[in-house]
Amino acid sequence: MSADSSEPSAAVDLQKIDLPKIDLPKIERQEMNVDIACVGFGPATGGFLTTLSHSLLNPDGSVRLESATSPGLPLQVICYERADGLGFGVSGAVTRARGIRASFPGVDLAEIPMAAAVKREKLVYLLDPTGASRRSFSFKVADRLLRSLGFVFGLKHDAFELPYTPPFIQKHNGLVLSLGQFNQWVSDQVAASGMVQIWPGMPVAEPLIEGEAVAGVRLADQGTDLHGHPEAGFTPGMDLHAALTVVGDGPVGAVGRKIDAQLGKPAGHESREWALGMKMVIELREDSGLEPGTVLHTIGFPEPEIFGFLYVHPDRLASVGIFIPSWFRSPVRTAYRYLQHFMLHPYLWRYLEGGTLKSWGAKSLQESGRHGEPFLAGNGYARIGEGSGSTNVLAGSGVDEAWTTGVQLAEAVIELAGQNRPFSRENLEATYVRRRRESWVDKESKIAADARNGFQQGVVTGMIGMAVAGLTGGRVTPAARSAYRKMSSLEEAYGSRTSPAELKQMQEECAAKGTSLHDRIMDRCGWPQIPMDGKLLISHQDALLMGGGVQASPGYANHVIFRRPELCRACETQLCVEMCSGQAITRGEDAVPAFDREKCVYCGACLWNCAADGDGAQGNIDFKAGAGGLHSALN
Amino acid sequence: MTNGYHIVVCGSVVPDPLQTLEPIQTPTGPALKNEMMLPAVLDPWAAHALYEAANLASKAAGSNSKVWLVSVGPKAKLQQVMMTIAQRVSFELVPVDSSASGFADAHSTAALLAGTIQAIPGLDRARLLVFGGWESASRGAGATMQLVGERLEILDQFQGVDQLSVQADGSFEVLERIEGGRHQVSVCSGPPALFGWATGNLPEPRNNPQVGMANMRTVMPALQRAKSVPLADGGLHFLSASPPKQQRQTRVVKDMSAEQIAQEIAEWIGK
Repeated sequence: MSADSSEPSAAVDLQKIDLPKIDLPKIERQEMNVDIACVGFGPATGGFLTTLSHSLLNPDGSVRLESATSPGLPLQVICYERADGLGFGVSGAVTRARGIRASFPGVDLAEIPMAAAVKREKLVYLLDPTGASRRSFSFKVADRLLRSLGFVFGLKHDAFELPYTPPFIQKHNGLVLSLGQFNQWVSDQVAASGMVQIWPGMPVAEPLIEGEAVAGVRLADQGTDLHGHPEAGFTPGMDLHAALTVVGDGPVGAVGRKIDAQLGKPAGHESREWALGMKMVIELREDSGLEPGTVLHTIGFPEPEIFGFLYVHPDRLASVGIFIPSWFRSPVRTAYRYLQHFMLHPYLWRYLEGGTLKSWGAKSLQESGRHGEPFLAGNGYARIGEGSGSTNVLAGSGVDEAWTTGVQLAEAVIELAGQNRPFSRENLEATYVRRRRESWVDKESKIAADARNGFQQGVVTGMIGMAVAGLTGGRVTPAARSAYRKMSSLEEAYGSRTSPAELKQMQEECAAKGTSLHDRIMDRCGWPQIPMDGKLLISHQDALLMGGGVQASPGYANHVIFRRPELCRACETQLCVEMCSGQAITRGEDAVPAFDREKCVYCGACLWNCAADGDGAQGNIDFKAGAGGLHSALN
Repeated sequence: MTNGYHIVVCGSVVPDPLQTLEPIQTPTGPALKNEMMLPAVLDPWAAHALYEAANLASKAAGSNSKVWLVSVGPKAKLQQVMMTIAQRVSFELVPVDSSASGFADAHSTAALLAGTIQAIPGLDRARLLVFGGWESASRGAGATMQLVGERLEILDQFQGVDQLSVQADGSFEVLERIEGGRHQVSVCSGPPALFGWATGNLPEPRNNPQVGMANMRTVMPALQRAKSVPLADGGLHFLSASPPKQQRQTRVVKDMSAEQIAQEIAEWIGK
């Protein structure tokens, strides 16, 4: 396993629970042999394939790295992405783009659709204009102080623009990107080379694990009903054997999680810090006054724990979104409604009013950084990108880091294949892991490792901790990494605003009607109604249709499974329902949540929110590889 | 009996049907806003034609049948769509790097398609079947396939086809859609013939990685060789362009029967 790890931790027990057996006919699976199989196409795999595809042939066109499966040909490299398109990725992306720029010397990256060079960057504290935000005493004091001395601090539009943006979050000389358009642009370059094959719309079900080695992947079965039972046209998923499996399927990817479950993670490593990012791409009105390359980071509203952003692309397009972190312990945690209140904040609404929704989406972010890092390499496999713990939680940056880890693995592959050395654990550690450990990605992730520890104690503690860690280069971290703290109950979160009896009554009424509890509680606690305008402020379901074009291909099984119904029945908060980005999970008739895959945007929030309601490590949800999801390329 | 068919499918890319389209005026005429940024799919009508072609080729006597897909569209978009479609069925791509705009002149598009088909090496007219979407290529004009057939001097043409059955004597029985939800049944002696497909009856084929691997070995080189050909406007002039008017009203219901929902929708449409 990886170079600096010790013994693997115990595998996650719930992952080993036997799900109901599907009575499949005797299956003869097709098999195919390639040299390298990649799982997931995002920035990390983009970096990997971009680098590798340039090195498979010599300048004279002869084979430089020869295939073992097809002698005489270059390495046979194939990549499978579960989404229906390679540009359907979701991320609010502002990046320093150091690694990306290095991969495209001489290319003006601003030519990528929706890309803009960062020109203006601000950190803004948003006060609460509604009176409904769950503010602590210190935030209330800060708000009152700022309001009473607003003329001194330059308070405008219920917001305070900080005069100083800490260097560790600055993206000077960086790029504002649409990750969807960036992925599309990269895949166009890579595929046009003809050196590798990338196939969207094809979920990878699981890794082929043989002992301690990964020998390839198994694709998802096709032609099944929602429960996985064969139907007309049943096609068992193919077994793809590969000397190297590159796992870049992101933080909630089925292959990466299965490897963790079966082969374990380095001792002490755990992925408990998450966030759900939800964003809209908005066409601004002509006189909005926002210039391309403008970057706003916000804190303070709609809840103190929720960070926000606004990035301006060319052609009057802007990405606007929020992050709901796992340490926001309120069980009322609807990202969609919070996003609407965020946009309606006077500081932002003066720009956004009159705008039109062009796209919408959501994604889970793995925010454990180094603490969540899995084994980066083993026999026959390597982990890259966000699922490998590359996201820098101090800088709030993941795209460039993920890209760079892909480049580092490609360089290692070129070295090993060039010397006819196998993709063994030792060889990958000596090449890929070594490169990663010596790079800026790793050095900066060490600085960031404990920067967010303080958020477990509170927002103010967390922000102070981030500032101190960032300004001292990680040498000082005021808060130690603490034990997991369970999600608050409804009474704990809202007991001061309403009575337990009323909460109970609201719960029962919402359960009976199948309506949203979080909307009901937010209404009760004073959050104003959203003034729907049919263009930008629209219902959650309209956002799925107008902004995401969400759909699911027929012939695949459900990818969200509730393992033990009795645990769901006993769960009071059912955070999977509250946090579901697409309202795909609803309260079922027998208190077991119901799942509608035609609304699922594959954000994965159910996975870690379910765990958050237990001990933080194990959830009752199995999140498999699924087809479909968002059909927007603007995110 | 035939010795196998040479089936040429005409089909290009259109924006993913789930996208919101916004017509704009450009110096060269109407276009869709940010069309190159929108995700694209193979025209659904043409996709049905392609699946029917692959099915017919696989069932035809002998193994000498072959399917070509002639696509006129921006090379980058064709490449993106091929990554999906090439997993489904076997074909040889004949790409032409040109406009796939919905505002293209049907005569110019047909001329380009016919010329491209005639230039396919080894194409045997005695075994030639030209497939396409009934309304594809011109995105609704419904004229392009007919014009292609006329330029290729193919006299047997069928539009709105839902089923093509090969008879024991090698002739085709063809079901074409007509008004009233019925089919007109015709018999055609055999190739050459042209079929503008409606939806057909076949389900979308499953992804097959081996088919994809085999297709891509020829698709990417073909795309690299694709010639850029400007599409003549044919003197076509648009006075205005606008998307169909739509009105959206959404609400979530959990306690209504399908009949009640259908009745409410019918009443809403009638308002």
